[in-house]
Amino acid sequence: MKILHSWLKEFADFGDDIDALAERITELGLAVESVEHVGTPVKGVVTAQVLRLEKHPDAAKVTRVYVDAGDGVERHVWCGATNMQAGDVVPLATLGTNMPDGRVITQRGILGIDSEGMLCSGTEIGLSSDGSGLLILPKGTALGRDVYEALGVDSDVVFDLDVTRNRPDCTGYLGVARDVAAGMGKSLTLPKIDQSETGKSLSVPVAISAPERCSRFTVRVMSGISITQSPDWIARRLARAGMRSINNVVDVSNLVNLELNQPNHAYDFDSVKDGFIVRLARDGEQFTTLDAVERTLSAGDLLICNAQDKPVGIAGIMGGLDSEVTDATTSIAVEIAYFEPDAVRATSNRLALRTEASLRFERGVDPFGAEFALARFAELLRITCPGLVVHAGITDVRTDSLPEQVRTTQVRLNTIKRVLGIDVTAQSLAQLITPIGFTMNTTAINGEVEVGIPSWRNDCTSEIDIVEEVARHYGYDNLGKIVPTSPVHGRLSDVQKRRRLLREIVVSLGVSEAMPNPFLAPGELNKVGLSEDNALRLANPLVAEESVLRTSLLPGMLKSIAYNQSHRIRDISLFEIGHVYPQGTEILPDEFESLCIMVAGADASIAMDMWSQVSAGLGIGAQLAQDQPPAGYHATRSALLKRGKAVLGAVGEIDPSVLANAGIVGRVACLEVNLSVVLSEVTKPQSAQLVSKFPSSDFDLAFVVGNTVSAASMMKAIRQAGGNLLVDVALFDIYRGKGVSDDARSLAYRLRLQAPDRTLTDVEVSEVRAKCIAAAEKLGATLRG
Amino acid sequence: MDEMSSSASLTSEISEAQTAALAAIAGAGDAVALRAVQAELASKKSALTILRSRLGKIQDGEERKIAGQAINACAQSIEAALTDRMSTLLADERAFQVASEAMDLSEFVSAKRRGTTHIVTQATQRLEDVFIGLGFQVAEGPEVETDFYNFEALNMPKTHPARSEFDTMFIEPTSADQEPNSVLLRTHTSPVQIRVMQTWKPPIYAVMPGRVFRRDTPDATHMPVFHQIEGIVVDKGITFAHLAGIIEAFTKAFFGNDFSSRLRPSFFPFTEPSAEFDIRRANGAWIELGGCGMMHPNVLRAGGIDPDEYTGFAFGFGIDRMAKERHNVEDIREMYTNDLRFLRQFS
Repeated sequence: MKILHSWLKEFADFGDDIDALAERITELGLAVESVEHVGTPVKGVVTAQVLRLEKHPDAAKVTRVYVDAGDGVERHVWCGATNMQAGDVVPLATLGTNMPDGRVITQRGILGIDSEGMLCSGTEIGLSSDGSGLLILPKGTALGRDVYEALGVDSDVVFDLDVTRNRPDCTGYLGVARDVAAGMGKSLTLPKIDQSETGKSLSVPVAISAPERCSRFTVRVMSGISITQSPDWIARRLARAGMRSINNVVDVSNLVNLELNQPNHAYDFDSVKDGFIVRLARDGEQFTTLDAVERTLSAGDLLICNAQDKPVGIAGIMGGLDSEVTDATTSIAVEIAYFEPDAVRATSNRLALRTEASLRFERGVDPFGAEFALARFAELLRITCPGLVVHAGITDVRTDSLPEQVRTTQVRLNTIKRVLGIDVTAQSLAQLITPIGFTMNTTAINGEVEVGIPSWRNDCTSEIDIVEEVARHYGYDNLGKIVPTSPVHGRLSDVQKRRRLLREIVVSLGVSEAMPNPFLAPGELNKVGLSEDNALRLANPLVAEESVLRTSLLPGMLKSIAYNQSHRIRDISLFEIGHVYPQGTEILPDEFESLCIMVAGADASIAMDMWSQVSAGLGIGAQLAQDQPPAGYHATRSALLKRGKAVLGAVGEIDPSVLANAGIVGRVACLEVNLSVVLSEVTKPQSAQLVSKFPSSDFDLAFVVGNTVSAASMMKAIRQAGGNLLVDVALFDIYRGKGVSDDARSLAYRLRLQAPDRTLTDVEVSEVRAKCIAAAEKLGATLRG
Repeated sequence: MDEMSSSASLTSEISEAQTAALAAIAGAGDAVALRAVQAELASKKSALTILRSRLGKIQDGEERKIAGQAINACAQSIEAALTDRMSTLLADERAFQVASEAMDLSEFVSAKRRGTTHIVTQATQRLEDVFIGLGFQVAEGPEVETDFYNFEALNMPKTHPARSEFDTMFIEPTSADQEPNSVLLRTHTSPVQIRVMQTWKPPIYAVMPGRVFRRDTPDATHMPVFHQIEGIVVDKGITFAHLAGIIEAFTKAFFGNDFSSRLRPSFFPFTEPSAEFDIRRANGAWIELGGCGMMHPNVLRAGGIDPDEYTGFAFGFGIDRMAKERHNVEDIREMYTNDLRFLRQFS
């Protein structure tokens, strides 16, 4: 909402300290987004007449202009413009003038000849947007006068306010002025109105067939009108508010809207004199709005029609082309109505048509402001139409849906104390809220007062709304700052601590965190071998390529790997910790948090290494089910991570065909873990085990093992056979090649035997060794050399 | 005469043995050779051993004593020479070893680099840590939400005009009986407020960071997927002054002691009174940071808390902007390309 300083001052003595005023307005909750000084005069620019022009042979692009600035002294000025001729009156910036663009006018001339000032274009001195040549002033303009004075231009300041949704009253001057006047302790002066009813009674019948949508419809007839231009000051006000001056009637209509926040419409009387019908539109009904656009309406829209049922306006939004005032208009019917806000918003949204009227109706205008606004309309119109006749017989149709004029709410003074921390009495409460239109008794009963809510504040319905008004006018800054002492122990939860630990582990492995888009294109899940059947879809995606919600981190991570590869980045290793959203059986999906690590140019052994680090770091375990390759993974180089039947994650290499689809070259090692499970598994403190003080017996065993026998089963067999005395066993060498058949490999284990209470005898060591060998042989392994 | 000469001969033999031994010690070029010399000197055939064996044959007690002393002195000097020579040789050997096995450590700089967390994660953790210090706990919630948690419970019933401002992305119904637009991607972290109030008991001091979604076309300052952090305090006796106090304490803790904060009236459906909070740099420039306010009684009620018994406040702001401004990222979209050249800058 643009508010002019000069106009605002008509409501109260707000002074001329612009910064202080802007600050105060912001403090009241009407955030001043910008302050623009318009028509600001430049001191030292005077009117001067061109006496003669002289070309200089060595300077083709400039003209030497001799001027008279009214003091009888002939001055010569260099000038690059060409639109002037002798006799023209033009603006002369005299020596020493500080121009708006920062230049200071000096004597510096051309070709050794001084310039005694500068002739100005309209843009150079902020008077017009035409910078193509000098500003030529009207003939007969007195010389040597301040150019702004000569033109009658007044400077002004435009405050641009961000009016929040809870201030339906502040899309007009009166509402802003009322609030700011109260906030600055000034008294509010209402605009002058004309309540005369000198004309014969002329009523216009109104029939409302949608009473819940239009609860009040007021029509006042005025005659004795001639359509003219508005005076300059009105045109300027409108221009500075961002509106175009049309003619005196339309301009007054706009002024009343801006000033009193009361949208209104002036019809040519003849086109509506038989009456108005307010009805719902028929589905598909066509109507041409006054912007000459034919619009197709639907059954929910509300129309204002003339007595012949011909639409003359879309209620609360825009009038029609045919019923506008014309140059021939001498009588008008001024309509002010109250329309249900939500429906206006719905129609405005559907038609994508937002107007000064719809903006106000959809927030809720004052249902009881019509009389004052009509009287103000008459007052303003009389400026250009001294013969204006205001007819008696105002039409005022109200329906049962009209809000009560004064709604009330009970306010407990203790609520104000509880929420704002300040003590207020009924009296001090009244001092804060009655200047902005609330009404109340100044004595509380049982600590409560009944507060009457003004009709222009439809946002206020309950006690807490009054508390907010108190806070605003008491001043947020005056409510103090107290840091509360939290009785709660501030900390991360165990899950959150483990998530941070996990990030630390993964980062220490050289992997960096990515944040891929959680939206996928249709078919993208299929491309990585996953079903899309359990994926959620967006009803209103921004683009179709981002319409499916991921059920896995794989597609997004693969895209990130491909992106980095295509930019020739080396050592690509990325991880993501993010939510996936597979559909479940409840209304909300089975959303869970997942970890995905991908390393490009690495094989399954790297994936296993990552899993080892992550599982050891978090103290979690899982069985490696290599007989169940996870979807999207290399069928012989991957495994599900399982616990019984539950799947905890997946580890291995990505399927070569998936990689090919993603445009990725080389292998990609991948680890996925369901974090919703593992992060909540808090590890118990470990009990200390006695460290044996007796020497250990160490020996190695190497076996030739068929490829079909997993290292995991070998390890398990050796561990079981070794029993309690086998305190450590590690697979330290894997060998394939010469000396080992093609369908087998050599696995070498280092074993350590130790007892907590004694030195083991050779017999004991041999026994365990033999057991381990036997267990391995049972799996088909043969002891090497 | 015999005895005399034998005694004189013994003395000179001791002296010769000593000279020979010392020469052998001095002549040993390395520790191995010296150990051989040492073994030689200690053997039964060594001159000194033989001389020592002849001591018993000297009849005269005094002479025997003198000869014994001479042999002992000789043995001691040999021993000292051995120890001395050994330590010299070992030192030489170590010095040679050190000199001969030089390594250029700069060959091994950044052989394996550490990864980095995302700058949004870093910002989130820094924010969490500041609020933990102020006595807050951290809460989380789902990103796919119901209309109830995202709107209804936050004092935005079905027809509330403010709903349209959230540019909500809705989930297509998954069954015929599911109402359209009843499931959505949360447009703010505020649904977690309600979930926290429903499950925790006052006093509640909680911050809720997380990913949120708006149907915004990406540009230099907007992403359809971004991050917010939101905080609530619910207890008996909590007032607007406590809200202003927490905002001020946070501002100083997070941005620095030369920053300050102010609240100015604004509007949000879920708080009343509502405020925008601005922070001020030391140079006096104000920056809009986020929104806050006293929790609306309807919101407390939706969380199962009696607004006549408890009061509370809430505040929230964007995390991405914090990361963007801390690291002077020009275009927020850069943060989401997942380009390792970008990611690896921020360790």
